[in-house]
Amino acid sequence: MRNFGYTVARNPADAVRFAAGTPNSTFVAGGTDLLNLMRDGAEAHDHLVDVNRLGLDGIALDGAALRIGALARMRQVAEHREVRREFPVLSQALLASASPQVRNMAAIGGNLLQRTRCGYFRDPGSPCNKRVPGSGCPAIDGYNRGHAILGGSDHCIATHPSDLAVALTALDATVHLLGPDGTRAIPITELHLLPGATPHRETARRRGELITRVDVPRTGAAARSRYLKLRDRATFEFAVVSVAAALRLDGRTVRDVRLAFGGVGTRPWRDSRVEAALRGRSLTHPAIEAAGRVLVRDAEPREGNVFKVELVQRALASVLAELGGLR
Amino acid sequence: MTADRVPERSTHPRRAVLKSTAAGAAAVAHLASVATATATPTNPVAAGEPVEIGLSVNGRRHRLVVEPRVTLLDALRERLGLTGTKKGCDRGECGACTVLADGDRITSCLTLAVMRQDAEITTVEGLARGEELHPVQEAFVRHDAFQCGGCTPGQIMSAVACIDEGHTGSETEIREWMSGNLCRCAAYQNIVAAVADAAKELR
Repeated sequence: MRNFGYTVARNPADAVRFAAGTPNSTFVAGGTDLLNLMRDGAEAHDHLVDVNRLGLDGIALDGAALRIGALARMRQVAEHREVRREFPVLSQALLASASPQVRNMAAIGGNLLQRTRCGYFRDPGSPCNKRVPGSGCPAIDGYNRGHAILGGSDHCIATHPSDLAVALTALDATVHLLGPDGTRAIPITELHLLPGATPHRETARRRGELITRVDVPRTGAAARSRYLKLRDRATFEFAVVSVAAALRLDGRTVRDVRLAFGGVGTRPWRDSRVEAALRGRSLTHPAIEAAGRVLVRDAEPREGNVFKVELVQRALASVLAELGGLR
Repeated sequence: MTADRVPERSTHPRRAVLKSTAAGAAAVAHLASVATATATPTNPVAAGEPVEIGLSVNGRRHRLVVEPRVTLLDALRERLGLTGTKKGCDRGECGACTVLADGDRITSCLTLAVMRQDAEITTVEGLARGEELHPVQEAFVRHDAFQCGGCTPGQIMSAVACIDEGHTGSETEIREWMSGNLCRCAAYQNIVAAVADAAKELR
């Protein structure tokens, strides 16, 4: 690993001021993705700002929302009693992620900002528009089994690997940021950007900005939610396809449904048209199948990932049938 | 911060490390008066600049000098001579480097030594009490839960935490919660049996 400098920030304001004023610096929390990116040469930083002592690791539930400190660890959130009871999809997505060791280390903010698992991105010997803008994308005509069928462009088809981000996307979470110019909050659906012609611009985070908190609103649907993750190994593996679903039924009628998908989009994927195809209707197999067809209407599969078009529809059908008690 | 640095130790051959550990620890103890560097925004550590840090490992406080890029794993093995913790993949995927930090299992290759100055680290060397092995170590011996032994320290540390966390209710649960530790010899059957057996004794 190339040499870098190191600073321990003592409070959030110091952290962002220092990071904004230090060229080529980045924050380090768990370090579980960052250190590998730096070892591999996919990222190079001259200075790391350690944000582990900022006191931003609390988890609290009030009348309106679950508030997760960005420095809370994956395990803390997954095991939190109220998270498990009122937001099961969050706990399930976290427990389906990484390994027990990594979950003890990795922080929530970093989880949302982890980089794609695209092998071309992680290999500095390959061209990659994300890593070196304008160098090309070998995945489009290359090994693209793990890549996106939705939201891609001619410049990039990499997926975002976070399971948690998919679950938070389904639950309409809000991401709070602190920057040198103050605080702001954005819907999680606006945190990750579509690649378009600028795949190196991955998030809406501005220079020096630190994720401080993620809020998840309390809804009737959240308490009845599920995460289904399909992967190539039984455990400790990234998703090939995943679905986060929250459902509220009134009899057999869908009162509320929230759906987000992993492994298929260039960002955690939410499509309001899919939910609209179900809301207000009776939850039946034909209705679910129709919603699945809406989801993949604009899909652009590549040679290696055509199977995801069918797989994501089946995953959706499976999780909704289970949540809705369908046979 | 830089007034009285401990010189960096070169990498010793394995035997020399094992013999010199106790003497080395005693030598650094003389430097207890040297202030531990605090790399704060008003006092950042520059790239490549060695920094003196304190690490608590197996109940002993050590002082050592590292560059910020040195992982906890490399600090344990190459600076403190605690070679029980193994370097497998060096990217958090195999679990051979598993240690406990304040009782929680972590992969020591994915964290920097400078980030762990406040933690109490336990390595496989810290489990036995003199000649008396830890119950998990005993169970691994009893069940022949290894072949080459390369993953064993990590498996044992992970198993200690797995039992402590209460994830040993069934074979399936043990397999899921030990999934961060790979065994290239595929001794999984016996590892699972050893963990289940040790859990009965410890819980």
